[in-house]
Amino acid sequence: MKDVTFGQYYNATSFVHKMDARVKILLSIAYIVAVFLVKEFHFYGFLVAFLFIVLTTIFSKVPFFSVLRSVKGILFFVIFSAVLQIFFNTAGEVVFSWKFITITDGGLLKAGFIVCRIMMIVMGTALLTLTTTPVELADGIESLLSPLKLIKFPVHEFALIMSIALRFIPTLMEETDRIIKAQKARGADFESGNLIKRAKAMVPILIPLLVSSFRRADELADAMDARCYSGAKGRTKYKKQRITYRDIIGFLVLAGLIVGIVFLNGVL
Amino acid sequence: MKVIEVKNLCYSYGNGREVIKNLNLEIEKGEFVAIIGHNGSGKSTFAKLLNALFTPNNGEVLIDGLNTKDKNSIYEIRKKVGVVFQNPDNQLVASIVEDDVAFGPENIGVKREEIEERINFALSAVNMQEFRKKTPTKLSGGQKQRIAIAGVLAIKPEILVLDESTAMLDPRGRKEIIDIVKDLNEKGMTVILITHYMEEVVNADRVIVLTEGEKVLEGTPREVFKKKEELKKAGLSLPPATILADKLREKGVDICEVLTPEELKEELCKLFVKI
Repeated sequence: MKDVTFGQYYNATSFVHKMDARVKILLSIAYIVAVFLVKEFHFYGFLVAFLFIVLTTIFSKVPFFSVLRSVKGILFFVIFSAVLQIFFNTAGEVVFSWKFITITDGGLLKAGFIVCRIMMIVMGTALLTLTTTPVELADGIESLLSPLKLIKFPVHEFALIMSIALRFIPTLMEETDRIIKAQKARGADFESGNLIKRAKAMVPILIPLLVSSFRRADELADAMDARCYSGAKGRTKYKKQRITYRDIIGFLVLAGLIVGIVFLNGVL
Repeated sequence: MKVIEVKNLCYSYGNGREVIKNLNLEIEKGEFVAIIGHNGSGKSTFAKLLNALFTPNNGEVLIDGLNTKDKNSIYEIRKKVGVVFQNPDNQLVASIVEDDVAFGPENIGVKREEIEERINFALSAVNMQEFRKKTPTKLSGGQKQRIAIAGVLAIKPEILVLDESTAMLDPRGRKEIIDIVKDLNEKGMTVILITHYMEEVVNADRVIVLTEGEKVLEGTPREVFKKKEELKKAGLSLPPATILADKLREKGVDICEVLTPEELKEELCKLFVKI
């Protein structure tokens, strides 16, 4: 089995990697808002956002290729929205017409605008997952959600469930691999037949996997009990997240980005 | 000083079949006790009765005088009795070694600075310091089990219970675990080793043989392994070195009872000198 690393975390020691996960999550949200602030057809705003991505990538030591690759996963979605705009948006003047197809300059502009917007958002958020480990993300979300404790939302349990799920992904993938091999050794066929037949062939994999997951859950619960787990009450935390000068710089840069975009919206 | 007292202990899983039948035993502080038995002898159930994961149907289990039936002392008992289970994969909570070791101390509310100390102490006790920042899924079975032991040691228990913790490991992993356990015992830890590998119990101060939830044999390894008929009845074999020595004796070689490969080597060397 291939080396299973969950998510797309790129291991490095950099300015961005060392930033507080909570700050990175908040900045990512702010960044998405900033991209949405770009007024229609003010493409210079995207240029500023792109500049921000390039700068962050340089400071995170992540190869720019990895950031670009993140767009690959949603390529279909990007093309689909562009095609939709090109063929069905009838604003502006007609630039091309053949039988029932009419393409207008308004449609083309809008398509370009939407493609830019999606790509900017995906590349920006990819930087978050590239520079933050899943555990840091889970801890960050726990900390950010902590105000919800006031309305009795079990924030600690929620975060623990998330981090245990992340911890067991590689274990269960190994197990799946083992089950597939075992079923193949017994003559199971996963490669031939139509879609329904192949889906049915998955049943002998899923059932053992489900059964073993329950057994694992049971044993894990015993092990956690044995290690004195009793919920969030009276619990301390070993790792503390700290705001450093890096996070303040991050905030300032992002504030700069928003100001820049708003400024360009007004000027052009 | 007795740290564990088990009095007339009975336990069943609700279907009426008694898994533990009227068990009585006492364990002294600093003792190394091995509990052996065939599958279904109730030895794993016994481990869970020691740290109040199960509570007795009849009789009682006292840890340092605290009764496992008393709901208010469950937490205290679990701090005193650390249990390491069979499958290391199903005991690790976090994706990074140090976070996993920190889980126990976090649960009992240890301050951050002290957690740091405890992680250092626990990882050095199992010789895994250099793996501190690594993820457990990439380690071998023996290494994962060492992390699981470190996770229990970080709570600073007085008694360490290993519930078939070597069963899923290869011989090398098993030796690593047994060496660590021996070392911990020499430093004063009370150890209860539950296993079905005979060669692991030769180091114990005392061996207890369970069959169908009953104590059938008890004594030093040397005493227990002399009772070959009873062991056979319990479905257990002898340590490999003992078997080899017995076979040689049958063939007329003048060799005395041995338990470990080292003893066997010594005996064979003596014979060689005689020739």
